[in-house]
Amino acid sequence: MKTVPDKRGHFGVFGGRYAAETLMPALLDLEQAYGKAQKDSSFKKDFDLYQSRYAGRPTSLYFAERMTRQLGGAKIYLKREDLNHTGSHKINNTLGQALLARKMGKKKVIAETGAGQHGVATATVAALFGMECKIFMGEEDIRRQAPNVFRMKILGAEVVPVQSGTATLKDAMNEAMRYWVSSVRDTFYIIGTTAGPHPYPLMVRNFQSVIGRETKRQMARQEGRLPDVLVACVGGGSNALGMFHAFRRDMGVALVGVEAAGRGMHTGQHCASINAGKAGVLHGNKTYLLQDAHGQIRDAYSIAAGLDYPGVGPEHAYFAATGRASYVTVTDDEAVEAFGYLSRHEGIIPALESAHAVAQAMKIAPKMKKDQIIVICLSGRGDKDAQTIIESM
Amino acid sequence: MGRIGNKFGKLRVKKEKALVVYLTAGDPSPALTIELILTLAEAGADIVEIGVPFSDPTADGPVIQAASQRALKAGTTLSGVIEMVRKVRRESQIPIVLFSYFNPIFAYGVKRFAEDAKQVGADGILVVDLPPEEAPELRVHTDAAGLDFISLVAPTTGGRRLREIVKSAAGFVYYISITGVTGTAAPEIENIAGDIGKIRRLTKTPVAAGFGISDAAQAGQIGRLADGVVIGSVLVRLIDEYRHSDGLMRAVSDCIREIKAALR
Repeated sequence: MKTVPDKRGHFGVFGGRYAAETLMPALLDLEQAYGKAQKDSSFKKDFDLYQSRYAGRPTSLYFAERMTRQLGGAKIYLKREDLNHTGSHKINNTLGQALLARKMGKKKVIAETGAGQHGVATATVAALFGMECKIFMGEEDIRRQAPNVFRMKILGAEVVPVQSGTATLKDAMNEAMRYWVSSVRDTFYIIGTTAGPHPYPLMVRNFQSVIGRETKRQMARQEGRLPDVLVACVGGGSNALGMFHAFRRDMGVALVGVEAAGRGMHTGQHCASINAGKAGVLHGNKTYLLQDAHGQIRDAYSIAAGLDYPGVGPEHAYFAATGRASYVTVTDDEAVEAFGYLSRHEGIIPALESAHAVAQAMKIAPKMKKDQIIVICLSGRGDKDAQTIIESM
Repeated sequence: MGRIGNKFGKLRVKKEKALVVYLTAGDPSPALTIELILTLAEAGADIVEIGVPFSDPTADGPVIQAASQRALKAGTTLSGVIEMVRKVRRESQIPIVLFSYFNPIFAYGVKRFAEDAKQVGADGILVVDLPPEEAPELRVHTDAAGLDFISLVAPTTGGRRLREIVKSAAGFVYYISITGVTGTAAPEIENIAGDIGKIRRLTKTPVAAGFGISDAAQAGQIGRLADGVVIGSVLVRLIDEYRHSDGLMRAVSDCIREIKAALR
């Protein structure tokens, strides 16, 4: 298996650096600074220290015994990223990027957010390191993820509402990029997922890869072996790549990414870019995109704001094209059911995004043998989704 | 040399600066776009940049974003834009640059695009999100077809990167006159003078400056530094304002005449 990405950020035919010239020098600087940081033991030490003492890592790998017994098949483990400070895996990446921003002498950070988890994680590190912070968020997402908007404001960030398009994650990213073009000299853009122009997909994946490394170690201790299946939801795909990366060469471990089928694949109202998209270029990288025959990006839809994006990280596109990972879909209804199930049977309220992964595990576990093991990446907690769940009942 | 090079050559002899005018294809309708381009040419525009509308124009400010949305609602596609070029070319020899984001071209097919664009009479291509690092996948085809692949230089571009971009420039070097998206800020003359000076020391290829140039006075000032100025949002705003009015062509014509006068 090749090491990806290559030097110019290509994962096979995907990835790359399709950015406006105004941003290119900043992207090259960032690549250089990140390269240096990777070799710098003090950077790694700082990162690890904040991960453990501030974010609360390692997160636990929890055996969901009741769920396993009820489903009657494979053993189900939950990688509890919901237990991180700020309530999701997003803090892994924002800590890394904020430390890098500090190293580069940048005092202002911006970010896009869908579910608000990345926005909260960015606002948090900005407060921690004394940086000025602007978060771009679609108006529809501001409405449906209100608790996270309050959190960002409490943390001292400015939340910039975005009205264009469907007023969701894609539009927030458009606006963040436009703002970055005008502020690039003094502002660091903390991209929240494994997408965007190189080096973001590489950098975010590496900062998130702690999820899989810990899982591997914990699984070895708890079960003395590798798991059989890893399941994670995929919007841009950062929690999934964070989980998959350490297992990419363990060919006996099946990697399953779960895309959001929204109101059903047949309705066209979904955001399953790998299952229903074509290769194209958006937001700085080549990847699978939901688009029409003329290359115009189609509106995405999911009940989970964090998955509501018409593209996917280029490394997932590469994994799909090479067959290393498989990508399935789960509808809104199935995710909502899994949300309720995990809440009532394990006492864990998952984020609606993560509930997509839970739903997939519920589908496959009963068909598997009792000595097989599934690990679900429980990427975040679901307090933020109370309003959406109430509206859907 | 193609129409773009010839145009700059002729203007140099006349000691005039080029007025490069951007408009979004299909805004407000394909038929009106053709009439608008012919009006621009008549009024003194030297080169026209025909913008291919894209759903997610991240390098554009609110004016061109809105125009792109109107154009897409009117059913504009890249095939449609290529048809518009064919129709304009029957009636005018004005140099035509297609201005696009990469995805519509990628979806159309890079090779087919280069061949079709050349065949209908386009002269150059400018892709805002295709920096030199990623350009070869399109440029091998546009170079082969004989289209000028126009390169962008930003205020943030410097050093070796600037030299490399300028060295491979065709048609003209497009200097982005603000650190920002289209139509959002006024250019700062001192910075522009310095940057254009640097470009000039590296190449004889003409330099046109654009982004944020909104009136004849600014155009005149920048025209003293560059070989051409690009206007976009100011015209697109005018088209929006007059799109339901009989006065549309007249208003556009007056605007172009006034700005061109500042470049003579």
